Amino acid sequence: MIGAEAIVKCLEKENTEVIFGYSGVAIDPFWNKILDTDIKTVLIRTEQNAAHCASGYARISGKVGVCAVTSGPGATNLITGIATAYADSIPLIAITGQVNSDMIGSDVFQEADITGAVESFVKYSYLIRDVNDIPKVFKEAFYIASTGRKGPVLIDIPFDIQTAELDDKFVYPETISMRSYKPTVKGNMVQIKKVIKEVEKAKRPIICVGGGVHLSGATKELVKFAELNDVPVVSTMMGIGAMPDDHPLYFGMVGNNGKAFANRAMNESDLLLMVGARVADRAVNRPDLITENKVMIHIDVDPAEIGKNVGPTIPLVGDIKHIFTDILENDDHADNHSDWVETLRRYREEMRTDRAPAAEGYVDPEIFIKTLSRTMKNDAIYVADVGQNQIWSCAYHIVKHGRFLTSGGMGTMGYSIPAAMGAKIADPGRQVVVVVGDGAFQMSMMELATMRQYGIRAKIVVMNNGFLGMVREHQHYAYNDNYSMVELKGDPDLSYISKAYGMDYTKVDGNSDLGKTLEEFLSNDDLSLMEVMVDPMALTR
Amino acid sequence: MKRIYSVLVENRAGVLSKVAGLFSRRNFNIDSMVVGETADKAVSCMTIVSTGDERTIEQIEKQLNKKIDVIKVKTFKESMSINRELMLIKVKYNKENRRDIMENCQIMNAQIVDMSKNMMIIQICDTSDRIELFIEMLKSVSIVEIARTGTVALTKCKEQ
Repeated sequence: MIGAEAIVKCLEKENTEVIFGYSGVAIDPFWNKILDTDIKTVLIRTEQNAAHCASGYARISGKVGVCAVTSGPGATNLITGIATAYADSIPLIAITGQVNSDMIGSDVFQEADITGAVESFVKYSYLIRDVNDIPKVFKEAFYIASTGRKGPVLIDIPFDIQTAELDDKFVYPETISMRSYKPTVKGNMVQIKKVIKEVEKAKRPIICVGGGVHLSGATKELVKFAELNDVPVVSTMMGIGAMPDDHPLYFGMVGNNGKAFANRAMNESDLLLMVGARVADRAVNRPDLITENKVMIHIDVDPAEIGKNVGPTIPLVGDIKHIFTDILENDDHADNHSDWVETLRRYREEMRTDRAPAAEGYVDPEIFIKTLSRTMKNDAIYVADVGQNQIWSCAYHIVKHGRFLTSGGMGTMGYSIPAAMGAKIADPGRQVVVVVGDGAFQMSMMELATMRQYGIRAKIVVMNNGFLGMVREHQHYAYNDNYSMVELKGDPDLSYISKAYGMDYTKVDGNSDLGKTLEEFLSNDDLSLMEVMVDPMALTR
Repeated sequence: MKRIYSVLVENRAGVLSKVAGLFSRRNFNIDSMVVGETADKAVSCMTIVSTGDERTIEQIEKQLNKKIDVIKVKTFKESMSINRELMLIKVKYNKENRRDIMENCQIMNAQIVDMSKNMMIIQICDTSDRIELFIEMLKSVSIVEIARTGTVALTKCKEQ
């Protein structure tokens, strides 16, 4: 058996269903051997999107996403996708072809030191030097990517290693034990009991959920805990969807772009449980102040996150699902905080802000996104890109029982279309809706061809305002409307683009009949595009 | 605050650059860094001296622990450990200052390990502070070049 076959065998052993990737000579032995398996392949149109596809796939399937590209430019193109996954702790395996082992370091054609280049964006990386190491490396890589704080692992495999014969029969390791990597899963019982006691003692407790809750698959346990103890919940951008919007204990997204009443609720609490959240600048403006007048409990699988951005806390390290299961088992006392919850409801009513209605000839983003999410199926997946469309999506998308995906940490434009492709492949029966601006759409529209090639059916909503709106908004405030590098003149006619890719096309430029138009748009499962005209001067707040 | 990190790592290609890269990426200081094999050939020991406030010191330890190739991190203050650094220092001498230099060497327990008509190399193995002091003492003579190893350290026997 040669190295390329061994790689394929490893992927089969890990139950890999699909690989997103791109071709190139240095990875060709692998693509050749993939023909002998049932593993699906998706040929994307630019390498960055292979990682985004794998990320969307991982987030919906709960499995490790796999992508593979060639050496040199193929590998370097992948970096933004890997960094995006790293920032949101998404489990990925990135396989890169490499030039022949004896040529490494001599700057030959399509050679790049990819393990060196991605060092600060991966959880770990390998450069395979011996074909016999392949089974062990893959076993370790999948284990590292999918345990502890999840993240991308890169495996760089020289051409000659892919074609070399293994010395012995292929044996995939059954178990794995690494002396230098032992993530904490179960929470410390003493700390868990302390948490239960603090919640019991608190008058105004609040839970802030982050993306870690989804990664751990702990939404059920968390909701149960909140309901049992009558604790209100807010979320970061990555935490959206942990609780449905209509849940009586849910009070929206916090942060710069979040709801004012959610921030107020967090500030006025006397006990804050941060669950699977980094306490980064976008969610918490002044992390140094957040622990004033309150006890903070920080629950995270990564011990390095605790105390990184925020001061003294009660630390609780472990997998969130395990921890909340243990908490629920030991918490024999249902608390009542109805006064506090009532206060927060009052804040929500009082602090409701009304946006100025959209100008004539444009669609109002708030009305549009609310109508869109009401029309979407109960368990639909909403994928937001980056920019004003992301902020509007966070603010107005009503999560029922579906998922909300976006690039929260890295804020990578062009994430939504490839991520939606991965999501759709992970769960083909589910409705997937993309909301993207005209800027990011042009960064990823090449993937419409991939969607057509593989019959990946998502609904794409392009919010067209002819501007890079989020930065325009910044320049409106910071530079008195002196706009620089933000106007997108020369946008293509999207009706022609839709036609070119064989998609249905709808254009909306007003609020009348939105419900009917959206119902029609979502009535089938075909790949189709809706262009929504948004006022270039509209602001997110 | 000064801290010493004694870091056991897998003895693999690229580990040094991963650990050094962590310090630059996270904006941590490195005062010195020494790498050598341990009794187990598969394990290397890195001795890193760094300065920072309390939170930084804690973060350095946590971030080091997070690196997959790191097996174990021990952190200690200088006072809790025996610390040594080796320095070779080449100086120019003449008839007038030769005696002075030799006296200084005697006081500081340094040895002259190489010599020519007008130059000598002195070797000293001591704590970083005392090495600084020795350099200070030799300022009056002309120093040609200096090579220092950086600190290696082990926690004191009674601490364990």
